Amino acid sequence: MIQTNSLTFAYPRSAPLFQNFNWQVQRGETWAILGSSGCGKTTLLYLLAGLRMPTSGTVQIDGEQILRPRPRSGLILQDYGLLPWATVRENAGLGLRVRNFYGQDGKHTPEDFQPENNVDHWLNRLGLSEVAEKYPSQISGGQRQRTAIARTLAVSPDLLLMDEPFSSLDAITREDLQNLTVSLCEEQNLTLVIVTHAIEEAVSMGRKILLLGSSPRVFENQQAGQAEYRNSQAYHDLCESLRQELRNESA
Amino acid sequence: MSRRDVIFSALGLAVLWQISAMLLDRPILPAPTEVLIVFFRELGNELLTHFGVSLWRVTAGMALSVLVAAPAGLAIGGSRTLSRIFSPIIYLLYPIPKVVFVPIVFLFLGIGDTAKIFIIFLILFFQIIVLVRDQAAGLPVQLLESLRSLGAGRRAIFRFVYLPASLPAILTALRQSIGTAVAVLYVTELFATKYGLGYYIYYNGSTLFDYPAMYAGVIAMSILGLGMYFAVDWAERRLCKWKFVN
Repeated sequence: MIQTNSLTFAYPRSAPLFQNFNWQVQRGETWAILGSSGCGKTTLLYLLAGLRMPTSGTVQIDGEQILRPRPRSGLILQDYGLLPWATVRENAGLGLRVRNFYGQDGKHTPEDFQPENNVDHWLNRLGLSEVAEKYPSQISGGQRQRTAIARTLAVSPDLLLMDEPFSSLDAITREDLQNLTVSLCEEQNLTLVIVTHAIEEAVSMGRKILLLGSSPRVFENQQAGQAEYRNSQAYHDLCESLRQELRNESA
Repeated sequence: MSRRDVIFSALGLAVLWQISAMLLDRPILPAPTEVLIVFFRELGNELLTHFGVSLWRVTAGMALSVLVAAPAGLAIGGSRTLSRIFSPIIYLLYPIPKVVFVPIVFLFLGIGDTAKIFIIFLILFFQIIVLVRDQAAGLPVQLLESLRSLGAGRRAIFRFVYLPASLPAILTALRQSIGTAVAVLYVTELFATKYGLGYYIYYNGSTLFDYPAMYAGVIAMSILGLGMYFAVDWAERRLCKWKFVN
């Protein structure tokens, strides 16, 4: 589904973050991108989202070169990106309003887009019905992140891109939302790419883990998302081995 | 600011005024009770017409400035190129006291309402454009990128982010400008008119030496300013509900 071909990216007057980087993601896979600060995790996600353009090489999703944000990709950020002046319901419906604003133009909105108001379904599914008429400043961090997820799922994406979405939440809420995200991806057959600096988050969510650094490496982790995996020895071993890799990288 | 607070403050000021009038004991500072009697009497004469004319001029000036300055501020705040071109010009022109242009504006626009409205517009224009521009430029990048990732282009971002985000800035600019707008209104109504509270106050104070009537005009002008403050507060409570939820 995702393919990067000889991807090179550098910010102006800086050393390249990626050089001839080739990577492939199949439909329905869940990937976690892990790495130390400044290694280019978020930049890679923004390249996939079409919010940054490669210096050279290409990013292709579903065979199409990404030159602008793709209507079927949903991006969820750490700071939620909610409109402070809109209620939870209005925020969750924002993607649909944007689509209705342009109509089925194939550029901002998929050509087969059917204007269907499924906001209430997602508010209900994510446990937000009670706070639907509240503003973001009136709800908890976890509820804000759920609102951002509802907003993205309401536009029926096939690819979910998440940039450290749970890092500002408390441990219990974070774990709940990690489990919810994994189960939603299975339920909706979504491809997931989540960027995180937390080793435990990467191991509990990503069935494949891309460790960015001087030479990017992929770790298989097929048990991710399964019940009780967090308490297993395999989970702890992988966490420890990734921790060691990150230490070696920063040394 | 509640209505009760305003009433208590007005009563406190009236008591101070009464004591000052009694101590001074001169026609130039009549007692508030005397002024109030004249105020209600004058309302039945021409004071209400003067009030209406002033209200029209200041409201028209404010409306015009919002209609022109808000979109301009949004455009400049939302575009680095436009900001590079126009921000230095705004900084050069903003500190100039616009009242100095009164004779020139009268020369170009004549002595009718247009010139008076234009001067009020000129003052408010800069206040609004600066505040709206800063608000637009200060929007969190994450907010804009989330929306872009949902497929929003320039038009949708303008419609769903910049436009609603500019409302509080417009209302703040209006609130901050009401005092200046009413002061400038007074100055413009000293020239070439027979209507307006500025004319009424000046004519009664400097030509007729009818001080109670002059103070009645001052009270009318205060009511005009206060009414506008309340109107902006009302608009803010209706249009920016999210600011009052906590």
